[in-house]
Amino acid sequence: MLEIDKINTFHGKVKALWDISLRIAEKEIVALVGGNGSGKTTMLYSISGILPPASGKMHFLGKKIDGMSPHQIVKLGLCYIPEGGKPFPDMTVRENLEMGAYIYETWKRKEETMDQVYRLFPVLKERAGQLARTLSGGERQMLAMGRGLMSRPRLCMFDEPSYGLSPLLVKEFFDIMKTLRKQGVTILLVEQNVRNALEISDRGYILENGRVVLEGKSGGLLQNGHIKKAYLGL
Amino acid sequence: MRRAISKKIFYCMLFSLCSILMAMIPPYVSPYTIILLNSIFMYIVLTVSWALFSGPTHYLSLASAAFFGLGIYVSAILGEMLPLLAVIALGGFISFLLALLVGLSSLRLRGMYFTIFTFGLSELIRHSVQWWEVNKTGTVGRWVIGVDHTTVYYVMLGILLITLATTYAIKHSKYGLALLSIGESEEAADHIGISVNTLKIITFAISTFFMGATGAIMATRWSYIDSSIAFNPLFSFMPVLMAIFGGVGSIFGQILGAGVLTLLADFLLTKFPYYYMLLYGMILVVVVLFVPKGLTGLKEELKRWREGGSVNPGRKDGASIHPE
Amino acid sequence: MRILEGGELKKYFGGLAAISNVDFHIGQGEIVGLIGPNGAGKTTLFNLISGSLFPTTGVIRFKGKNITGLRPHQICQRGLARTFQLVKLFGNMTVLENILLGALFSSQTGMNKVTAKRESLELLEFMGLSAMEGTLAKDLTVANQKRVEVARALATKPDLLLLDEVMAGLTPTEVDSAIELIKRISNRGITVFMIEHVMKAIMTVSDRIIVLHHGEKIAEGTPEEIAANPKVIEIYLGT
Repeated sequence: MLEIDKINTFHGKVKALWDISLRIAEKEIVALVGGNGSGKTTMLYSISGILPPASGKMHFLGKKIDGMSPHQIVKLGLCYIPEGGKPFPDMTVRENLEMGAYIYETWKRKEETMDQVYRLFPVLKERAGQLARTLSGGERQMLAMGRGLMSRPRLCMFDEPSYGLSPLLVKEFFDIMKTLRKQGVTILLVEQNVRNALEISDRGYILENGRVVLEGKSGGLLQNGHIKKAYLGL
Repeated sequence: MRRAISKKIFYCMLFSLCSILMAMIPPYVSPYTIILLNSIFMYIVLTVSWALFSGPTHYLSLASAAFFGLGIYVSAILGEMLPLLAVIALGGFISFLLALLVGLSSLRLRGMYFTIFTFGLSELIRHSVQWWEVNKTGTVGRWVIGVDHTTVYYVMLGILLITLATTYAIKHSKYGLALLSIGESEEAADHIGISVNTLKIITFAISTFFMGATGAIMATRWSYIDSSIAFNPLFSFMPVLMAIFGGVGSIFGQILGAGVLTLLADFLLTKFPYYYMLLYGMILVVVVLFVPKGLTGLKEELKRWREGGSVNPGRKDGASIHPE
Repeated sequence: MRILEGGELKKYFGGLAAISNVDFHIGQGEIVGLIGPNGAGKTTLFNLISGSLFPTTGVIRFKGKNITGLRPHQICQRGLARTFQLVKLFGNMTVLENILLGALFSSQTGMNKVTAKRESLELLEFMGLSAMEGTLAKDLTVANQKRVEVARALATKPDLLLLDEVMAGLTPTEVDSAIELIKRISNRGITVFMIEHVMKAIMTVSDRIIVLHHGEKIAEGTPEEIAANPKVIEIYLGT
């Protein structure tokens, strides 16, 4: 579904990604994990078109997406849910969600989609009329996810969804991800919480200093000595 | 440490040298040059004092005209009763007091709201003075007693030197750093013990002191003034443009911006008396579009271009998750 | 001695009760954790304590004196410092300058630049940030920005330090370093009150934990007691 071939991305003059290749098949949950500064968010910026790679190829659903602008990529069915949520602070929860369905095809179905989102995140329904800036950290995260889902994506990329969430909410989120997969959404999960990410995903890529150092089935990665020591604190 | 000391000494010496030179030139130049220099000094003071507060804190004040005009009116009303230096000091102090009031009343305003408030205030003063003159005194405008250009020159030079010295001292003190922090994150500044409101109001008031004093002495360039002349909004906009043109961040940039634009205006006025405003405006637009950091920013760009690429600002922290 | 006390605290935003009735106390020298589901009012409570917000009703006492209604800088002068959930550094200033400001304005009598600089450099070493002295704060990774914010707070010489989710987003190794740091801060005699979601950290390092839910305190006790509390498990920890 998503094929990334040897991309190299720069932040100004600094090289952040070195020859990264990645594959995601339909209905998979793939984890991309690594520490601070390893390039995870840069990776998502490159795929979503925000920070295009300097070289390499990217294909989504068979179409070439390198060089496309972000809104064109969203139209194809790929959505990016940013770290920390980044909701529109002076708009209400409901308005934020509506903005998620901006693409014409999804706009027609926005009421239906919004009901689905409210069912996944009941708190958002409670706070539908509140300004996004009055929400707590975790609620913003939920809003961002809801907004992303409003575009009815085929592939959803989550950037550190468990950041700043209570343990209970983290578990709920990961359950929601399983539900999404059942509904046919493919997921690319970028996480610093390595254990959770590998437990829920089918396959994983380990990123260090902008390079993929390990990849494979998540079960195997969880048993890997290097991973256990560096990321699982064992 | 040595570098910092010798830099300060260098600036002190440069400052003293320039002051002495400037003080000596009047007998050797034409009256036209003196008048031009007076204008340049005036705009430098307005720009530097505006930037003292608005530069680091990003609270863009458009009220400079109110304080400058206040100084003009003080001179017009009291010029015949009091000695010159007293009038100038009074112009400064009354501006200072007005600024304290303005500051206290606009405490909760941020960003665009503060800017519009200051502009509205300036216009309010302009219209109020006009209303007063029309309805209460029956005469609009006043005559200002003339002071010869050379005296104006020396007074303006004095005000300029004091403004520059004060601004430099504040900028390099802990209060200068604190003002920058207010511009970066006012809430954080408040939480590390900086009395944010007090600092804002006092700095604002100090900056307007120089504007008022300048107004008091420059009043004599017009023999007749009324509120439209004294509180002309252009005196609020020009300092902002000049600061941006030269580079808001440094005193040198502010001086450069004020100096260059004043000379440019004078040049255009003499060469193209019919089109000068148009040309002036076009030049300003071009500058803001292509050199947003101002002339000093341009210098930095050239320096970086010559050194071949910027120093890598990221990942200096050596963060790595490689296990030992 | 109770260094911080809050009595009958209520904070309403319009009709919404962010804090509906909270009594709490922190003993001097303690490390106290504050946990609760998102939206429970934890950061709001910190905002009330640090002076960013005024309580609708209720009283806050610091070192025995009433500080309700005081402005943040006044509260800071009395020895209470905090970090923020979303880091609020002075981005266009260097790491050293950020910390220097904390030192320069730390006491009412003021401090000269030389002493302040020396103290700041010492703090940089204490926090392990010496290598980044001249880096602009905005160019740091988020984890390092949080450390600088802690250093800046420490520069104000607090007796009580409020930490708002300093561990969010850290790898387990980084969490361990952060735990060590908090212990070192506590050993310096500074009382710590911290909001956290990283259970490993809170459970390891806290003497006591307070649990908020919907703006109310629903539990309080040692880490063991809290971990076993059925209500807390239900609304926060999960099974």
